Amino acid sequence: MAKVKPRVKVPKSASAGDVITIKTLISHPMESGQRKDKKTGELIPRKIINKFVAAFEGTPVFTANIEPAVSANPYFEFSMKVPGPGTIRFEWTDDDGTVYDLEKSIAVA
Amino acid sequence: MQLTRRDLGAIAAGAAVMAALPRLALASESNGFEQAIMDFTGGVEPAEGDVTLGTPEIAENGNTVPIEVSAPGAAAIMVLSTGNPNPGIVTFEFSELSGERTGSTRIRLAKTQDLIAVAKMEDGSFTMAKRQVKVTIGGCGG
Repeated sequence: MAKVKPRVKVPKSASAGDVITIKTLISHPMESGQRKDKKTGELIPRKIINKFVAAFEGTPVFTANIEPAVSANPYFEFSMKVPGPGTIRFEWTDDDGTVYDLEKSIAVA
Repeated sequence: MQLTRRDLGAIAAGAAVMAALPRLALASESNGFEQAIMDFTGGVEPAEGDVTLGTPEIAENGNTVPIEVSAPGAAAIMVLSTGNPNPGIVTFEFSELSGERTGSTRIRLAKTQDLIAVAKMEDGSFTMAKRQVKVTIGGCGG
């Protein structure tokens, strides 16, 4: 399987109290469990990312509970109110229990 | 090829089946989204209200349809499909650190259908919004 690569876009710095927009993308096939193998006619088993959490210093900011109806390479855009400088941790949980994660720090100007 | 009386009968029978098919599909149309709403709200019928569901009017490719939901003061927003094999699409949960209560993503739609967004407000009430999306090519694989 292709390597799962998470990508996140966060402003490098912001003022405390600012509302910033965060964009995330992760490469993942999001196999829905509805598709059939063209050769064998058998259903391809479901394998999706079922949960995405963004947390600032341990406090959840945005959570998405994901069903198979979310497209391949799931993309999320959401906003966050910056309480101060710190680290945002992004976690994607796969059906097989694998957690893909990424951290971004934000400075307060 | 020459059409015989027998052929005509077969064609007519085939046409009748084709005509009946959509009706069969209609009979089993609901994918259980009503139940999914009830599960989310705990049995409360949500009123139409302050939820914005941004979708394209026409989605050419059902594999990636961009959507955006927002509801000021929402604790969580659930997006449901009425025409996919399963009703659930995605549920966003917000916290006090979420600036605006908004979320965007890209979803799969099997066919032209209504999308429903149900928001759970911080005061415990529920509101919903509904929008139709026309899908040119379905996105749930074959």
